[in-house]
Amino acid sequence: MVNEHLFKRFDDELARLDAKISEMGGLAEAQLARSLQAIRERDTSLSESVIASDARVDAIETEIQDHVLQMLALRQPMAVDLRHILSSVKMATTLERIADYAKNNAKRSIVLMQGSVPPRAMTGIDRIGRLVQGLLTDVLDAFSKNDVPAAELVWKRDEEIDDAYNGLFRELLTYMMEDPRTITAGTHLMFMAKNIERIGDHVTNIAELIVFRVTGSPFATDRPKGGGEIYRPA
Amino acid sequence: MDTTVTTAVKEQPRTNGVGHDVKFSSKQVKVFYGEKEALHGVDIDLRDREVTALIGPSGCGKSTYLRCLNRMNDTIAGCRVTGTTTLDGKDIYDRSIDVVQLRAKVGMVFQKPNPFPKSIYENVAYGPRIHGIASSKQDFDAIVENSLVKAGLWTEVKDRLDQPGTGLSGGQQQRLCIARAIAVSPEVILMDEPCSALDPIATAKIEELIDELRENFAIVIVTHSMQQAARVSQMTAFFHLGHLVEFGQTKQIFTNPVDQRTQSYITGRIG
Ligand SMILES: Nc1ncnc2c1ncn2[C@@H]1O[C@H](COP(=O)(O)OP(=O)(O)OP(=O)(O)O)[C@@H](O)[C@H]1O
Ligand SMILES: [Mg+2]
Repeated sequence: MVNEHLFKRFDDELARLDAKISEMGGLAEAQLARSLQAIRERDTSLSESVIASDARVDAIETEIQDHVLQMLALRQPMAVDLRHILSSVKMATTLERIADYAKNNAKRSIVLMQGSVPPRAMTGIDRIGRLVQGLLTDVLDAFSKNDVPAAELVWKRDEEIDDAYNGLFRELLTYMMEDPRTITAGTHLMFMAKNIERIGDHVTNIAELIVFRVTGSPFATDRPKGGGEIYRPA
Repeated sequence: MDTTVTTAVKEQPRTNGVGHDVKFSSKQVKVFYGEKEALHGVDIDLRDREVTALIGPSGCGKSTYLRCLNRMNDTIAGCRVTGTTTLDGKDIYDRSIDVVQLRAKVGMVFQKPNPFPKSIYENVAYGPRIHGIASSKQDFDAIVENSLVKAGLWTEVKDRLDQPGTGLSGGQQQRLCIARAIAVSPEVILMDEPCSALDPIATAKIEELIDELRENFAIVIVTHSMQQAARVSQMTAFFHLGHLVEFGQTKQIFTNPVDQRTQSYITGRIG
């Protein structure tokens, strides 16, 4: 993308920063995938493993923050380097949030397994989960290649998640109204669906950060919003 | 070689929402040292009450351009300037221009502090005296005090005004030179790497001073420190191999420069 620095070590440090982000991205991706698998297969021990692994994600975030602090102080970066470093911290924070939502879903899945759950509702969660999983993979791919068009594509697709979320919300509401015994499970599922939807929002944030890092300008337009706004709390 | 200047701000650059008048305007300014063309047609507008930083690698023509603004190039044998430069709309290379008057209006501070081998008082009073700005002892006292206060040096030297200026520390000497430059009530102050011989504290004082002087003057500063340019200036001009490559708001140049050469230079890359 750009030439080498006069100080070769600076290039190495930037590369190391990217490697850390990629590692963190891979972990967050795995955490989300495993939390979905745990829900799907009603696997309590997998859920517990997801909860335990979250500490590793937090640790990398701290490492990235330390690394960035050092680079800001010692290198006093400008222009593309400054954007590179700033977007890295924000990405780390965003990935940490994503992993956090996965952990929260893992926790809720353990509670969920103790009661009866409408099977079709589980399918709905899994569907939106896979959708978000796919977008997360795509955005991390775009990150590793500095691929602006790919990032923009992910950004635009957040609409699908909003639509899926609103559909699932209505569906869950219907089950709970039909059979009040499903209210406890339904409420957990609603929070889980919301968590997944929030992960989708964070994925679009990463897409925005990629564009900012490479081009220096934010997106020109507002993100398209899905329909069914009536069920979205403000 | 690409000679077009990238100007990221389409309209006339405005800072702090004020949009001051154009002070200096250069059109197609070229400078030759003998046969050699050192500056290849510079077009730039410098605004009043703004600090403009000139940056670029060694030998790119920053000092050469700066010297056009007070016709210091006239004093270099074999140096020839073409194109036009106006100050408040008047061509400064016009025959009718009195160069001594011009240099009173356009003061200059150099890389190495160069106080006269005279008292602190005389260093500051000298300019007003030769320009006939003041006559009475009272007037001179007032100008000396005022200039030293503005240069942030008054409290440090008020009890030893009769001592030689050369006996001050490097940072104090540089502020003395700034006091000397502002004593003749200039409109523009040119500074050529004014802090390169100073420690960080003395540098910080000069930078603070530059920021205050901006209230009343247009300032053009040449610096090799990106951080200094970023800290003190509102506009930044990047020169490369005798070309003005990019000119824009400092905040834009240092976060998202348009030209690849600017990017390479300010991020310390191999260009
Ligand atoms: N008095 C002179 N006689 C001949 N050539 C000169 C003279 N002054 C400058 N030059 C040449 O003109 C070009 C621009 O020089 P200038 O001093 O303006 O560069 P600069 O950007 O100020 O560099 P630095 O950052 O090293 O001070 C250089 O190639 C230089 O060698
Ligand atoms: Mg110079």
